[in-house]
Amino acid sequence: MPLVRGGRIAADNFTRIEDGAPIPEEGAVLVPAARFLADVEELTRRSAPTGVLWPNDRNVTELAPYLDKLALVALVFPTFKDGRAYSQARLLRERYGYRGEMRATGQVLRDQFSFLLRAGFDSFDVVKATDAEAFEEAARRYSVFFQPTGDGRVTVARERVNRLAGQPRRDRVRA
Amino acid sequence: MYRYDEFDRTLLAERVHEFRGQVARRLSGELNEEEFRSLRLMNGIYLQLHAYMLRIAIPYGTLSSKQLRQLAYVGRKYDRGYGHFTTRQNIQFHWIKLAQLPDAMADLAEVGLHGMQTSGNCVRNLTTDQWAGVAPDEIEDPRVWAELVRQHVTLHPEFSFLPRKFKIAVGAAGHDRAALRIHDLALRLHKNGAGETGFEVMVGGGLGRTPFLAKTIKPFLPKRDVLSYVEAVLRLYNQYGRRDNIYKARIKILVHDKGAEQFAKEVEAEWQSIKDGALALDPAVVAEIAARFEYPEYETLENEPAALKAARADARFAAWLDNSVSNHKRPGYAIVTLSLKPTGQTPGDATSDQMDKIADIADRYSFGEIRVGHEQNLCLPHVAQRDLPEVWRALDAIGVATPNVNEITDIIACPGLDYCSLANARAIPVAQEISQRFRDRKLSSELGRLHINISGCINACGHHHVGHIGILGVEKNGEEFYQISIGGRADNAAELGALIGPAVPYEQVADVVEDLAEAYLDLRERPDELFIETVKRVGVEPFKERVYATR
Repeated sequence: MPLVRGGRIAADNFTRIEDGAPIPEEGAVLVPAARFLADVEELTRRSAPTGVLWPNDRNVTELAPYLDKLALVALVFPTFKDGRAYSQARLLRERYGYRGEMRATGQVLRDQFSFLLRAGFDSFDVVKATDAEAFEEAARRYSVFFQPTGDGRVTVARERVNRLAGQPRRDRVRA
Repeated sequence: MYRYDEFDRTLLAERVHEFRGQVARRLSGELNEEEFRSLRLMNGIYLQLHAYMLRIAIPYGTLSSKQLRQLAYVGRKYDRGYGHFTTRQNIQFHWIKLAQLPDAMADLAEVGLHGMQTSGNCVRNLTTDQWAGVAPDEIEDPRVWAELVRQHVTLHPEFSFLPRKFKIAVGAAGHDRAALRIHDLALRLHKNGAGETGFEVMVGGGLGRTPFLAKTIKPFLPKRDVLSYVEAVLRLYNQYGRRDNIYKARIKILVHDKGAEQFAKEVEAEWQSIKDGALALDPAVVAEIAARFEYPEYETLENEPAALKAARADARFAAWLDNSVSNHKRPGYAIVTLSLKPTGQTPGDATSDQMDKIADIADRYSFGEIRVGHEQNLCLPHVAQRDLPEVWRALDAIGVATPNVNEITDIIACPGLDYCSLANARAIPVAQEISQRFRDRKLSSELGRLHINISGCINACGHHHVGHIGILGVEKNGEEFYQISIGGRADNAAELGALIGPAVPYEQVADVVEDLAEAYLDLRERPDELFIETVKRVGVEPFKERVYATR
């Protein structure tokens, strides 16, 4: 399952830790939510980066106090039709100010890339290699955005009003 | 008319390009049917019994003559020369081939039409009063707000994979012609005590297996907050709506389980934290959208011109005038409803030839504008009263002037088992048989306003729960049976119908409707007491007795 990060296929430097398994002193780890909350002190004392794998039916408010100690939040799409993690992502970015890596895991297809980027994801566990290779193209699929989200893209409504006011069209922020 | 601009055109071009790639991936096997399913659904494409079906959005039911001609063209080129108008102000083509769908979508995009979000678990096409902008009883044009919300929910990055579909309607008239209370979310424009205009927000309506009428969770929402409030509702629904059972996944179940009051509180809390952010509406944004709704340059005319009075001498014209023509907010103009319910035909169908002719008539007499109503009829919204006799002749010549609007043969029906893979029973032949039984104009007119709604399965696309007479097809031991209910309505006094008794077999449905009609004529207190009022006054029992006495 290729990982796309920073727009390119990249190596995953996080090791997934199962629930009962010991946590190594060295190296970046990705820990399940319950384990993270139980061992939060031990985990955040380590010098290596810590990530959390957060299920889509658990309120992200619980995670909010620890965000500055996290290097990665991985949110889950059990199937690509289950869109709960889009709300979690926006809340983490836009309400709780999370700035670290945010990863989409589970059934991630190229058809979700533009939605995921707009919701604040910046890395992707992509199911199919062909989709991972098509990331660049799929991410640039749309140039018209109606909703203001935390990604800072200029909305159509704003561009229309600017146009009326005689201001030149700005270059829109692209992923 | 709403004027599209380069942003709308760019988006559609990008969408068509994406879909072309998805179809290619499906045809090559890179996408399996399960994966492709959700993607095609979000472009309005269903796999039905015989072929793929393409559903095209007609936002708030407004079409230009150019768009209608293009629909006619698509019907001719890719389908069998006709289309079917639906209860959500959309049009469906039932016989399209998968490999041709991207080309059909590209042809539609040329005139600003698309199938985006007409199916799938996302926010569906926004609907409103088909008389918006011309109705004498509205406080302002609700389409401006419908368009603002429509844009906001188009390819929304957070709400494109909801637990289930989500339908929004906007109304602004004294009389509810948009069936607001049967929507997942409804926005009703009204004035508060201080004379300000805002929205009453209702949530949790919907039909299907567990019908509910929407409950008011915000009596007055300032206009500037409409997007943030909708966002708050959708955010709660996206996170907490049930995903374990498709029949319990609509927002109505969430609202019911939490209780409307608790749900309202949670929405309020979420809304408070976003209402003053980027979604607070800038008046300049609203003004820009409003400015792109163009209104005709009406002439200064008198009501009831002499030519119209004289034309009344023709009894057929007079019957049509009394039935199908409604008051317009401008003196000397009228709103004309085109019945797509000719005797014995499929409700809501129009041929490509009819669509072309209607487009011509609209160009000549209605400023090039056509409306689609949820009753599966069309409207010409701006006809000068002096032109009515000519318009009638032109409409009559193509079979869309049956004077049965709002009468017993103006039946709303889903496609049913003739097309739909979800259906348990046929709907169209039932409608056709009832239409034949009541083809006598005198009887139909005597019965007055009487809405029949037919659904071929529990999903209730024919809105049977809110029919004055509701007919639901079910399957019993491999045979088609029909449950009959009465007393439903979808207007300001919205109510769900009550069952009259055990289901009856296919062959008896039209007989039962005849019994109900006869019972009504006997039971009503005066000729102008409507069927629905008689049911309200006497209850179901006397109707039930009549129907089951001989069965």
